[in-house]
Amino acid sequence: MQKEGLVFLIACAMSTLHKGLVRTSHKQEGSGVMQASISTTAMAGTLESSDAQVTVEPHSAGIELSIESSVMNQYGRAIESCTRETLERLGIQNAKVTVVDRGALDCTLQARIETAVLRSEGAAESNVDWGGCIR
Amino acid sequence: MIPRPKPERFRLRRTMMFMNVQKPGLIKDAYIYGADTIMLDLEDAVAENQKDSARFSLYHALKTIDYGDTEVLVRINGLETPHWQEDIRVSVAAGVDGVRISKCESADDVRLIEQHIAAAEKEFGVEEGHTLIMAALESAKGVVNAYEICCASDRMFGIALSGGDFRKDMHVKVTTSGIDIQAARGNMLLAARAAGVQCFDTNFADINDQEGFEHEARQAHDMGFDGKSIINPRQIRFVNELFSPTDADVAYAEKLIRSYADQFDKGVGVYTVDGKMVDIAFIKEARNTLKYAKACGKYSGDLDQVGGDF
Repeated sequence: MQKEGLVFLIACAMSTLHKGLVRTSHKQEGSGVMQASISTTAMAGTLESSDAQVTVEPHSAGIELSIESSVMNQYGRAIESCTRETLERLGIQNAKVTVVDRGALDCTLQARIETAVLRSEGAAESNVDWGGCIR
Repeated sequence: MIPRPKPERFRLRRTMMFMNVQKPGLIKDAYIYGADTIMLDLEDAVAENQKDSARFSLYHALKTIDYGDTEVLVRINGLETPHWQEDIRVSVAAGVDGVRISKCESADDVRLIEQHIAAAEKEFGVEEGHTLIMAALESAKGVVNAYEICCASDRMFGIALSGGDFRKDMHVKVTTSGIDIQAARGNMLLAARAAGVQCFDTNFADINDQEGFEHEARQAHDMGFDGKSIINPRQIRFVNELFSPTDADVAYAEKLIRSYADQFDKGVGVYTVDGKMVDIAFIKEARNTLKYAKACGKYSGDLDQVGGDF
């Protein structure tokens, strides 16, 4: 395994550990529907201009991110951090997330990630925590 | 979090532009179209299996895009669907100015929606009474119950005719003369005026028929509608202009008010200006014209304040 890959994996593992410590208090005060791992594959968004298509799949350990964007050089890092922040806010620690970006604003990307995650939990249609983990 | 001005029950609503919340490319720039009101649509524009997704788009759009002074309303799904309750929750949580009830048929419909809005305001820490209501009448029953609908809530600011579904209910097709919706328009205007709320004409669906659109808009203006639903940005400027007083209207109104002040001092109640009879009713109308012109940005004097005792 290459050095960068090893460093990346260690970083992922450490962030997972850290979140694990924070996790319990999160779950108690939340709406009770959030799980730490994705259990079913779900998708949201389209490939139209200004949109982003997000797919979430079950994954054994940590967050595995795959991002494709026509503006990868300029916005790749911003897309990644927006994705990670949104997942963290939702309490997701274990997921395989694929983002196909077509020039989406942060607010659009966030909406698509949240929709995909909540759809995978069957919790997207009602009693959504607007203003809480969705903000 | 973008702070929005407090919603006003009665304000300029010459144009209400419908926007599909599921199209991020369009809603991020919505405010530049110049419509008085933006209608974010969770109903007919959104596919049945995307209703959930549209709510997330709506929430984030309202929290991050600055719409300035443009009013932002949400068209929620009808009471016969499983969606309207969550539509209300997300709309109130996101801080919209008001909610448009689809397929409204009775005062009970309005009261039920109002109950859920009030509950959502409490749940999300929004000031009670903040969220306004308007009702779309889309059936014969709705039109027949227009007056009770107009009077059903303090949050109610107006009713709108939704031509597409209404025509289906009446088994008529679009006509160039407008006679297919004439009864509905008349009934709704009378109800709205009697109740003291606003009334909005239906959208014109054929976006390539500019002549037909202008004819329908002129009819709506002549009949006394406060505004019209818009489905294409190209329709906005014409309707805004049409529903604004012209410079000639403003000049004539100023002339009337100045004449009144002059005649009143002499103890005269009815006289002529430019060969036309003028009495107190015309002066009140002139004052309203100037107030309205001011809201449209076409008048900046103070003759709309003249003569306090009428």
